[in-house]
Amino acid sequence: MAEHSSSVGFYILIFAILLVLTATTVGAAFINLGPLNPILALGIATVKALLVVLFFMHVKGASEKMTKVVILAGLFWLLLLLGLTLADYGTRLWS
Amino acid sequence: MSTTAIAVAEHENYLNKEYGIKSWLLTTDHKRIALLYLMSITFFFFIGGFFALLIRLELLTPAGDLVQADTYNKLFTMHGMVMVFFFLIPVVPATLGNFLVPMMIGAKDLAFPRINLLSWYLYMIGGVLIMHCMLTGGVDTGWTFYTPYSTAFTNTKIIEAGLAAFVAGFSSIFTGLNFIVTVHRMRAPGMTWSRLPLFIWSQYATSIIMILGTPVIAITIVLVAAERLFHLGIFDPKLGGDPLLFQHLFWFYSHPAVYIMILPSMGIISEIIPCFSRKRIFGYKFVALSSIGIAVLGFLVWAHHMFVAGMSVYAALVFSFLSFLVAIPSAIKIFNWTATMYKGSISYQTPMLYAFGFLGLFTIGGLTGLFLASLGIDVHVTDTYFVVAHFHYIMVGGVLMGYLGGMHFWWPKISGRMYPEGWGRLAALIVFIGFNLTFFPQFILGYLGMPRRYWDYSHMPEFQILNVLSTAGSTILGVGYLLPMVYFLWSMRYGKLAPDNPWNAAGLEWKTSSPPTTYNFDETPVVDFEAYDYEHIPDREVPGES
Ligand code: HEM
Ligand SMILES: [Cu+2]
Repeated sequence: MAEHSSSVGFYILIFAILLVLTATTVGAAFINLGPLNPILALGIATVKALLVVLFFMHVKGASEKMTKVVILAGLFWLLLLLGLTLADYGTRLWS
Repeated sequence: MSTTAIAVAEHENYLNKEYGIKSWLLTTDHKRIALLYLMSITFFFFIGGFFALLIRLELLTPAGDLVQADTYNKLFTMHGMVMVFFFLIPVVPATLGNFLVPMMIGAKDLAFPRINLLSWYLYMIGGVLIMHCMLTGGVDTGWTFYTPYSTAFTNTKIIEAGLAAFVAGFSSIFTGLNFIVTVHRMRAPGMTWSRLPLFIWSQYATSIIMILGTPVIAITIVLVAAERLFHLGIFDPKLGGDPLLFQHLFWFYSHPAVYIMILPSMGIISEIIPCFSRKRIFGYKFVALSSIGIAVLGFLVWAHHMFVAGMSVYAALVFSFLSFLVAIPSAIKIFNWTATMYKGSISYQTPMLYAFGFLGLFTIGGLTGLFLASLGIDVHVTDTYFVVAHFHYIMVGGVLMGYLGGMHFWWPKISGRMYPEGWGRLAALIVFIGFNLTFFPQFILGYLGMPRRYWDYSHMPEFQILNVLSTAGSTILGVGYLLPMVYFLWSMRYGKLAPDNPWNAAGLEWKTSSPPTTYNFDETPVVDFEAYDYEHIPDREVPGES
């Protein structure tokens, strides 16, 4: 399990990318892009989350089926949270 | 607990293997960690109970005379916080679960013994924080921390209380993680999924909720802190936030959390009823899978706490419907337990008395949940004592009854001693009477319109009689809880030595010595029998009968 891409330098690289992306998020918040602001922020956040999951949490290269099940379950639950919450926000103005 | 008080049986076991405070504080033995948890959780139970008695005392008279309004707000907040985060959530998984999960599946320990110990330390750090918060002023928002009051208005110690819940939350994530990996990886040969004790199934389902739900409350607490400290607009409409977002996030965890509380107790009931009916559980698969069903469906109903908060009526309809669905797996369990008892040879030992209590009280709690899930009724009784009665029937009548039943059932295994059966039955009766006297009047009060969280009801003095009954009941209930505490402690020194299997029960935990050795089994057991194999276990005189 421990072999793949485990050199310290690699992790430092990922960490550096995360820092740069954080700085980008902060920077982007000062520019008015209208509705694009949240989209950009969420997009960057998603990329960061992916980096963490794939490399820091060793999901890339994991051979266990269970790992996939766990990740899918996590994503599915996130979908429940967002989906049902939006069921409220999306229909508030109907009546 | 002083270790010398447990100068137990002759054989070497987990209690007498090592002595001294260090052997406890640095232990990685799941059984010792269970006892560490037992002591700390019991401590917090009595702290929470103390606040409850003060609340009831204030409500004895209509006038707000015992404490100030502000103090009263803090009393019910601290009561709720301590009871929810430091008692109900961890109580069964961290004590009986820790003790039994490895033993029931034939393993030596949990998969991550050190993480298990870490989870106890996290719980304790959370506990110290909440105690410090309490002693230096407390919080007044209610255990629900609703915004914008919690972020923009109150000047009580939100951050510290939030941090306490945050840290304690991680202890529960670690417990859940440990259980899931243990159940997947460490079952003894022959212990297939369809032979797992139902207690294990319930712990497994609970662990799923702990892992998937707890991070959401953690991040919600962080957001509250961020808004409070840095005025980031998340929940406060003045800052461009949305207050209902808080409620969505909070209840996304906190409704499933009520199933973190009840599922383990349901697992206990599934162990007790077959044993004291001498029958195989009726519909094993359904009882097992209904635990998973509850865990999943439990995540789909949270907004039933927000019906009157201004959410979309269309979403409210959906959540109302989904709330009805979640009652189905609970009902499956109730019916299957009842069917298990049918034509069984039932004996009325203390654990079984608690199981009876659970059946009746949980059913009332669950059915009133359905009342509340109906939009029309909820508008009438929301935020009244009806809601308070509903959740206490489930949390106290259900969770606590199950827990006490389980403590009596497994006490011989845990301590190597029998508790006094006569006192046990008496206490069970006192708890049952005290409980109903305390909480049944609250259904009526709520239905008649008494709001919750009021400290003064002098404009409605006609409510006093029911409040007096409730306060009287709470003192009886208090006695009912003190009794087991006293005779459990007593039995550690003076109780009769317990045989390995005092109830003639099925299950691997009864095949080890009482108390078990450090690694539970001398050699890894091989499982060649089905769960709840009571047809093949002879009846025997049950010791502890006087
Ligand atoms: C199984 C264990 C359950 C527990 C431990 C539990 C606990 C609770 C708690 C703590 C509250 C009040 C929260 C607050 O406002 O402070 C509550 C409210 C509520 N419960 Fe339950 N509950 C359970 C089951 C159910 C079920 C099965 C249903 C419906 C199917 C249900 C429906 C409701 C509703 C609709 C409310 C909101 C009432 C209102 O605020 O107007 N509950 N419950
Ligand atoms: Cu709920």
